[in-house]
Amino acid sequence: MTSTIQSILDGNRLALSRLLTQVENNTPEGREALAALFPYTGHAHLIGVTGAPGTGKSSLVNQFALHLRKDDKRVAIVAVDPSSPFTGGAVLGDRVRMRDLAGDNGIFIRSMAARGSLGGLAATTAQVVQVFDAAGFDAVLIETVGAGQSEVDIARLAHTTLVIEAPGLGDEIQAIKAGILEIADILVINKADRPGVESTERALRSMLELAHPLRQVWNHHGRRYVVDAPPGNDGSDSPLWVPPICKTIATDGSGIPELAEAVARHAAHLRQSGDWVNRERARLRSETETLLQERLMQNFRQDVPEQAYHQVLEQIFQRRLSPWEAVEILLKRQK
Amino acid sequence: MTEKKIRVLVAKPGLDGHDRGAKVVARALRDAGMEVIYTGLRQTPEMIAEAALQEDVDVVGLSILSGAHLALVPRVIELLKANGQENVKVFVGGIIPDEDVDKLKAAGVYNVYGPGAPTEQIIADIRSAVTPG
Repeated sequence: MTSTIQSILDGNRLALSRLLTQVENNTPEGREALAALFPYTGHAHLIGVTGAPGTGKSSLVNQFALHLRKDDKRVAIVAVDPSSPFTGGAVLGDRVRMRDLAGDNGIFIRSMAARGSLGGLAATTAQVVQVFDAAGFDAVLIETVGAGQSEVDIARLAHTTLVIEAPGLGDEIQAIKAGILEIADILVINKADRPGVESTERALRSMLELAHPLRQVWNHHGRRYVVDAPPGNDGSDSPLWVPPICKTIATDGSGIPELAEAVARHAAHLRQSGDWVNRERARLRSETETLLQERLMQNFRQDVPEQAYHQVLEQIFQRRLSPWEAVEILLKRQK
Repeated sequence: MTEKKIRVLVAKPGLDGHDRGAKVVARALRDAGMEVIYTGLRQTPEMIAEAALQEDVDVVGLSILSGAHLALVPRVIELLKANGQENVKVFVGGIIPDEDVDKLKAAGVYNVYGPGAPTEQIIADIRSAVTPG
């Protein structure tokens, strides 16, 4: 085990790749290695990329990674695609759009199937990202499955979340609904050479203005009206982060330098405001709690005989016990 | 949700642009519960070996219709070995003349499939190839 850890820290790509499989399959070896690698984590900038299917997430990740490589940053890419709910199989096709990244040792692309998880990531994506972090990658780009409105797990994992939109996908009402747009640290309108880009931008901007009101001045029937912005939201030195809107054309790379600059500004903002630490702490806490839940459940099931457990379940099926009563009975039984 | 999945890289090396066969196979393997990494057209042997390494696949399936199989396939196998992935099983599909099938197998290919090969056969072969023992 120590030799595996050492090879990964030394940059051995085969050892890294094999460990990622162990971690993805949640094997005892994988968990042991995660524990050993944990002290080496906490350095990489974790950047999430999410958005509806077909908005160009993979192409954008391709261009963004190329841009980061110009600064000689080592980049890992974790690309998640859905698993079939019927067979558990998957076709992972994100690499098709990332062929420009071939042959570069500063890049490592790993495809993951969601394996039944519904939040846009796989259950072990956070752990896979942790391995890349420990292996010394400067940035980890995490591409979610094509997201609808509620695949928001990425916001809990990433430091910076990019939400990708494309022209012609929705109106202002889509933009004020709760969900995916709320988690954006940076909004990207990709395919900005397509018609409809202005109305998409207007819809997103009006959404942002509702969320982050600025000082407004307007004239109506010869009178001047002024509405001041709420405190803490009144200028460039504001501690609040208002998501910028970037326009890109991922197929030719237009707008990518501006996007990279926005991402760097967001990282600086996080560090300055203390949110970097806050996000890390919230994430580590929720990871720990998830592990605790799993372990408590396991221990509990070991303490209650299989037969007794199924008897209680059977009583629920026959409507003689409610699930609430059943839980009380099972918990008492354990003591 | 933590069982071991068979991971397969489906790649099209060389210059022909016909990927229907590769897509049919990718889809069939998906329906058999495997995780298929699809890399798209016009891959060099180097790109294929690199993807196989990063994805830690059990199997590489190569679809070749261009006639360049005797140049491309041994090169892929050589690169896989150089990367320490000699355990990866290589399958080839496409238009392969009978006299070349044995040459490919001698180079280390697990099996070769022509047009009309039943996908059930490919699935069964992959399963037995990656099952230890």
